[in-house]
Amino acid sequence: MTPTVTPAEIAGAVRDPEMPMLTLADLGVLRGVEERDGEVVVTLTPTYSGCPAMAAMRDDVVRDLAAAGWTARVEVALAPAWSSDWITERGRAALREHGVSAPGPAPAHEGPVPLRLLPTARALRCPRCGSAHTQLTSEYAATACTALYRCRDCGEPFPHVKEV
Amino acid sequence: MSETSAETPWAFGAAPDPEDVLAGVDTRVPEGVDATGLAELCLALGDDALVLAHRLSEWCSNAPDLEDDIALANVALDLLGQARLLLARAAAADPGLVGRLVPGLPAGSPALPEDALAFFRDPDAWHCARFVEVENGDFAHTIARLAVFATVRLAAFQRLVEHPDPVLAAVAAKAVKELAYHRDHAGRWFLVLAQGTEESRRRLLEGLRALWPLHDELARAYDLDGARAEAEVVLDQLLAVSTVERPAVAPYDGPRHTDDLTRLLAEMQSVARAHPLGVW
Repeated sequence: MTPTVTPAEIAGAVRDPEMPMLTLADLGVLRGVEERDGEVVVTLTPTYSGCPAMAAMRDDVVRDLAAAGWTARVEVALAPAWSSDWITERGRAALREHGVSAPGPAPAHEGPVPLRLLPTARALRCPRCGSAHTQLTSEYAATACTALYRCRDCGEPFPHVKEV
Repeated sequence: MSETSAETPWAFGAAPDPEDVLAGVDTRVPEGVDATGLAELCLALGDDALVLAHRLSEWCSNAPDLEDDIALANVALDLLGQARLLLARAAAADPGLVGRLVPGLPAGSPALPEDALAFFRDPDAWHCARFVEVENGDFAHTIARLAVFATVRLAAFQRLVEHPDPVLAAVAAKAVKELAYHRDHAGRWFLVLAQGTEESRRRLLEGLRALWPLHDELARAYDLDGARAEAEVVLDQLLAVSTVERPAVAPYDGPRHTDDLTRLLAEMQSVARAHPLGVW
């Protein structure tokens, strides 16, 4: 007997092109999958306003659903804005397994966002050796959603998914 | 790029449909909101983001070190994303906008409204502030501009989160998170340059002084619901920590746009205008 795979499972299993250890479901950008007039409508939310991965995600969702026999299109949900808190536990574990430090809790703001002129204080561990002896290299790494750190024990650089 | 075929190989396989950043978003203007005014506001906010994104992207491969090369490119990318959403929102709110502002759009153009506004609009129809138009100068000038711009824009966007148009409110809510990172990143560099060497401090002060005549126009454009007062407080915090005084220079009183914008657009628009029916 062939297992039945739902459109939601297919869309949720599509991988983020920039962080392919994460599925769209684990990244928290998949906001809805429903059938509407014989068509699958998948709702995605962008992680960052300019995230170039959105176009690839959209095309991959449509392609994978088409391969399973579904006609699909992708709609955008702008609100509420994506938060790194939406990365699932499974996604966080996948990040660490692949040498990427997972985000801590996103900052909550009431009123004006305070100016922070000291390096962002984060209690994080090197995803390779587990050392807490880490140092921020830059708030912006290879993608807008990551900061660059280095481990002062094993010496390796590693990206950290930022809290937003 | 292709002018003839939709089968052209592309990074993700076959050439995709043009991506509508507001696909599926309800873009009807709520009752009680002036659609023309909303479009003008989104256009101004989008134009500022697009022009500064272009200026910042000019640092790509030219910044003092690799980390800052990447940082400025990432800030540019965030602003480019904000620009796309805001220009698309402006065009959807006021369907006559593209026709009025881009009369020279060639017949049969496949360009999305955001692209028509970005690549086929003449300089005098742009709504950006001169503060973002002027050429980069050195790294200190760039940092001074980004610190001031992000401070001013962040305060305004925090208020736009409550805007009666849910699309603009959602764009603002996302942008607030990005702008906070931009402001803090530029603010840290501002402090480092101010307290670094004599030379770094001299360059920072020079950059700030060169930009300051254009600050008032920027601050007024973003003075939504008391945002200016808040932005000035944050700016004073940054200046105080850096022991830098506000430059004593009068606001610039000249043409609405700079020649720098004309040159920037001439370069940015050259490929699109050379291939007006091109598909990307």
